[in-house]
Amino acid sequence: MASVFKEIYSVAWGDIRFMRHNLLNIIAATLVSPILYLIAFGYGMGQGVVMDGVPYLAFIIPGIVALSSLNASFSSTATRLNVQRLYYGSFDEMMMCPIRVSSIVLGKTVLGIVRGLISCLLIFILGLFLTDKLMFTPIFFLSLILACVTFSLLGEMSALLAKSHQSMATFNTLIILPMTFLCGTFFSVSILPEVFQWALYAIPLTHASSCIRAGALGWEFPWISLVVMFAFCIAFFLIDCYLVKYRKV
Amino acid sequence: MLFESDGFEPFRIYRYNKSSEWIIYPIDTIESNDPWAVNMNLKSIDENDCIIVARNILKKYNETVAVDGIDLDVRRGEIFGFLGPNGAGKTTTIRILSTLTDFNEGSVLVDGHDILKEPNEAKTKMGIIQQHISLDKDLTVWENMYHRALMQQMPKAQIETRMKELVDYFSMGEYMNRKIDSLSGGWKKRAAIVSAMIHSPKVIFLDEPTVGLDIKARRLLWDLIRLLNKDGTTIFLTTHYIEEAQILCDRVGIIDNGKIVALGTPQELASEIGEYAVVVTDVNGKSEYKYFEDRKSASEYGSGIETGEVLVRKTNLEDCFVELTGRTVES
Repeated sequence: MASVFKEIYSVAWGDIRFMRHNLLNIIAATLVSPILYLIAFGYGMGQGVVMDGVPYLAFIIPGIVALSSLNASFSSTATRLNVQRLYYGSFDEMMMCPIRVSSIVLGKTVLGIVRGLISCLLIFILGLFLTDKLMFTPIFFLSLILACVTFSLLGEMSALLAKSHQSMATFNTLIILPMTFLCGTFFSVSILPEVFQWALYAIPLTHASSCIRAGALGWEFPWISLVVMFAFCIAFFLIDCYLVKYRKV
Repeated sequence: MLFESDGFEPFRIYRYNKSSEWIIYPIDTIESNDPWAVNMNLKSIDENDCIIVARNILKKYNETVAVDGIDLDVRRGEIFGFLGPNGAGKTTTIRILSTLTDFNEGSVLVDGHDILKEPNEAKTKMGIIQQHISLDKDLTVWENMYHRALMQQMPKAQIETRMKELVDYFSMGEYMNRKIDSLSGGWKKRAAIVSAMIHSPKVIFLDEPTVGLDIKARRLLWDLIRLLNKDGTTIFLTTHYIEEAQILCDRVGIIDNGKIVALGTPQELASEIGEYAVVVTDVNGKSEYKYFEDRKSASEYGSGIETGEVLVRKTNLEDCFVELTGRTVES
C-alpha cells in the first residue's frame, strides 16, 4: 500500500510544482466565473426570490460551489494532461516509468482535486459572509471531495480520449456547458418536467449539487445521490485505467 | 541460434543446394554445429550479449503495416544506428522497443526482460529521448530531473547524489533552474539526455537526436553520445543523417517499408555493393552510379566514359542505402 502512495505522489509531484509556479494565476482564473455567477444570478436576478424555502442567495451558493468543483477540477486535469500528452509529449515519459496504471490515473487527478478544493472553499468562505444560512459540515466536505475527485477523473478521461486541443473544446461545449446550467446549480431540478428530471439525474453534477447543497444548508441528506456519485467516480476511474493501459497510440 | 559473418546479412543465410540454386534459410533454423556453418566459420552470437532482442515484430495501423516482422539484436555497449527514410518505421520501432506503443505480433526482450510480461523491470533499464523534446516545458531542468527520478522510484538520498553527478558530468549547473522553454535547441537536447540518464539506464533510445540542431550543436551532441557510450550505456539511435550513422555507429540497420533491408557495420554495408563507386554526371547534371569490387575495374570503367564528368571513389553508406531502398535518405 505504501508503494502505491509513493507512486501516486511521484506522478503528482510535477503537477504540484506546476501549481506552485502559477498559484496566483490559477486561483484568480478559477474565481472569476463563480464570482460573476454569484453577482449576476445571486444578486442581480435573485433578489427577493425564495427557492426550496431558502433565500435564493443561500440556495445558489452551494450550487456555485458544486459548479466550481466541476469547472476547476475538470479543466485543471484535462488541460494539463491534454498538453502533456499531445503537445509536450511528457506523458510518454511517465508511461516509460515503472508505475502501476492505477497510480498514474490517481496521480494525475491530484492537481484537479487540489485546485477544485481551493476554489470551492474560497467561494464557500465568501458565501459564509454573505448569508447566515450556510454551514460547514463534515458531510458537506465529504461531498465536495467526492465531487472534485469525480470531475477530475472525468477531465482525465476527456484528455485521454482527445485527439487534439479542438476535440477538448468540443467536449467542453457539448458536455460541460449544458451540465453547468442544467444540473441543479441555479435552480431546483424538481421544478422541471419529470422526463427532464430523469435525464438530469443521469449526470453526476446533479447529484453533486444535491449533496453539496444539502450538506451546506443542513437539509436531509440525499444518500442515494452520494452513492450514485461514488458509482460515477468508480466508473470514470476504471475507464481511465483502461484508456491508459490500452490507449491507441 | 544467431550468427555473424562478414559479408552475410545476419538474419538470412544464402546457401547453394545440390541443384545449384540459391536457397534462403532463416538464420535461427541453422544449428551452430551444422557442418556448413562450421565450414563457413560462422560465429554464433549469444543472446546474452544482446541488450535488446526483438523477434518478428509486427505493427499494423488498421490495414497499414508500419513494422513488418522485423528481427533485431542490439549488443551491449554498442552504438546502434537505425537509418531509413521518412515513414519507413523508425519511430514506430523505437516506440515499440521502449514500451510506448503496443504491437500486434512478436516479442521484445530488454536486458532479458520481456516488455509485455515484465514491463516495469524492462522500464528501469531504458531511457528515451524523443525527436521532439518530451520534457515538461512548464517546469525547470532541475524539476524535470527530480520528477523523473521520483517516477523511477529512486530513493530520495540517491536522487540528490545522482543529480549532482550528472549535472557536473554534463556541465548543466547554470541551467538547472531555467525552464525548458527558455533553453536553446542544443541545451534542450542535453537536458533531455540528462533527465533520461537519471536512473542509470543500460540502454538509451535517441530518436533523431540532431534534427533541427546547427552543426556546432550537432557535434557537441555527438561528443555527448560518445561520452555516454564510453561509460557502458548502449545507444540505439535513429537518424536521417548518413554522416551521423557513419561517424557514430558501431552497427547500422537500414529499414524501409517496415522491413530491415540491411544490417552490419557501416564499412560492411558500404562494401556489400562493391568497394568502389563510379559516379558519372552528364551535361544535364544527372548522375549514374556503378559499383565495382576493386579500384582497377572501377578505373577501367571510368576511363571508358566519353561524355560527362567521372568520379571514382570508395563506396559509402549512402550508396548502400540508395541501392537497397531506391530512395535517398532524406526522401
